[in-house]
Amino acid sequence: MGRITLTGIEKAFGHVEVLKGIDLDIGEGELVVFVGPSGCGKSTLLRLIAGLDRPTGGRIEINGADVTRVGAADRGLAMVFQSYALYPHMTVRQNLSFGLENIHMPKPEIATRIAEAARMLEIEPLMERRPGQLSGGQRQRVAIGRAIVRNPTAFLLDEPLSNLDAELRVSMRAELAALHDRLGTTMIYVTHDQVEAMTLADRIVVLRAGRIDQVDTPLGLYNRPANLFVAGFIGAPNMNFFAARIAGGQAVLPGGLAVPVPGRAAEGADITIGIRPQHMRLADPGAPALEARVTLVEALGAETVVHATLADGERILTVLPGQPGLERDAVVRLAFDSADLHGFDGAGQRLPEP
Amino acid sequence: MSRVTAFLTRRRGGDRWHWTDVVTVLWLGAGVILMFGPAVWLVLSSLKTPAGLAEFPPTLLPYAAETVVVEGYDKPLPLFTVTREDGTEAVLAEARRVGTVAQMIDPANPDDKLRVNIAEREPVRAVGFAWENYTQPLVERNFFLYAQNSVFVTVVATIITLVTNSMAAFALSKYQFRGRSAVLILIVATLMIPLSVILVPLFSIISATGLFNTLWGVILPTVATPTGVFLLRQYMLTIPDEIIEAARMDHASEWQIYWRIVLPLTAPALAVLAIFSVVWRWNDFLWPLVVLSRQDVYTLQVGLNAYAGELNVQWHFILAMTVVTMIPVVLVFVFLQRFITAGIAGTGVK
Repeated sequence: MGRITLTGIEKAFGHVEVLKGIDLDIGEGELVVFVGPSGCGKSTLLRLIAGLDRPTGGRIEINGADVTRVGAADRGLAMVFQSYALYPHMTVRQNLSFGLENIHMPKPEIATRIAEAARMLEIEPLMERRPGQLSGGQRQRVAIGRAIVRNPTAFLLDEPLSNLDAELRVSMRAELAALHDRLGTTMIYVTHDQVEAMTLADRIVVLRAGRIDQVDTPLGLYNRPANLFVAGFIGAPNMNFFAARIAGGQAVLPGGLAVPVPGRAAEGADITIGIRPQHMRLADPGAPALEARVTLVEALGAETVVHATLADGERILTVLPGQPGLERDAVVRLAFDSADLHGFDGAGQRLPEP
Repeated sequence: MSRVTAFLTRRRGGDRWHWTDVVTVLWLGAGVILMFGPAVWLVLSSLKTPAGLAEFPPTLLPYAAETVVVEGYDKPLPLFTVTREDGTEAVLAEARRVGTVAQMIDPANPDDKLRVNIAEREPVRAVGFAWENYTQPLVERNFFLYAQNSVFVTVVATIITLVTNSMAAFALSKYQFRGRSAVLILIVATLMIPLSVILVPLFSIISATGLFNTLWGVILPTVATPTGVFLLRQYMLTIPDEIIEAARMDHASEWQIYWRIVLPLTAPALAVLAIFSVVWRWNDFLWPLVVLSRQDVYTLQVGLNAYAGELNVQWHFILAMTVVTMIPVVLVFVFLQRFITAGIAGTGVK
């Protein structure tokens, strides 16, 4: 149970079209992450699934039943809000029981469910406190607890970790992943943080300007981005892009370096070559390489982020393992494997396989 | 005491009195006298006898003539200091008075009568409080009944005000519907229409619905206040929509969202409105005066008015009962002034 199908979902606020035809099939027990820059419509899409807003077009099905016109309460979904939206005047226990009392569940069963959720989330000592007396992480747990006790068909999480500090975010992320494994319930998770998306998701849905750009597993997205936007959005730091031209069956980079074409492209076509910062290394002397002047070195210990500019002023970012001992204004020669290159056509779409 | 002195003689810093310190003290002192003086004057005057009130020049403290019970006379007789022709003074009681001549007797020796011109004697007086100003209206007249009516009107009107205004505010702040702003503007616009303008039509409605001479006739027209709706709406706008959406996901009906989520979260604004409403309804005079014409339904303010007759104003009772009616309002201000200032700051009205 927990299969959600979206067909041709559209949503407009007045004349502003926020979603322009979304088709998506979310399987049972899947953890799907909606990711995209702010304003891409990911939160709107989640609210449509939740039933808090009505789509202007399209169908929403849960377990095969059309729920497009069904109210939020009757869809059997539970939502965790970005601000947690705990009821400030109720204790943690009352927060958890409110939804169950509303469906007239017998008291003993409410108590059992709350006890179980409290044990699972380790919030037992906090049950008589109010949300104002809790830390951010504890509030987050209570918000998740409020969703769990309802025993929903699917969980909807709207940027649940964005209000936490970096350290807590990492640990809550791990807890959420563990929770999903244990419950096995469908989860839809909205975030703008691609690290969260990569670490949590079974599948990632990349949204841009109201459309789905790509749906794939995290590694699928990383290894085979469908277009320039996805390539630039997934992976940190961002992928480097170079304009190139096909000449003699090879792609010629600005510095004159010729590399094998990653995919099929016509002779003379202008393409974009992408290479991830992690896939570059310092070249052996004499080997063909990109020459660049270092502008900034960020030594992180385990790895070193090198900002540099090519001869034509193009910026390039590399992540080198270890501590290579580079200094500002040094000239580096960077090499890469042609298998790690990504090619995109003039419209920004990935070049087809050769 | 030393802390009070330290507080009162606090200066701008430095050891010497700056001229602004002097001006400040004078200004604030004048303010205290101006604001507080009439109230003190009222309380002191309310304890004076009718004769004490009519006295000129007026005295600050209430004085009462001393009396003595003399054998052979039914009533206690007032005492006077009389200067005899030989220059000696004696304290005598007045047995009777005809014109400017009074017949005085020595309380120790009632048979010894003396005729004295009233210009040659001084009444013997001491500070005395005329508590009968309070006890008489409360015990012998209907003032307890009036107080009950006032309490009923105030409590019921306040409860209904809170419920109806918060419902309107909830709809106007948390639901999106066509004409929402128009409705709000209409409600706020009624602030500009004073009661005296709608007095007559309102009266015909009350009269036609059979509410004339009932307390409900006083209560119902006053419960919907634009100030209250506006104050509560502004406060409810600050409640995040996500909380209401969370409740909706939690299977809460719209009534439950209002009753169990929005109302408790609006408590601070409700407290402010409750205070305002209590003060308004308790002090209300014009409308109750129009609606209530039978003694048994009078509120305190209307009851007070009954002491001001066309020919004879019973000032001593009016003053005493004014003090009584002031007490609840003063208590509200003393203990809840924090909320009142918050409310004034929140709406710009009082």
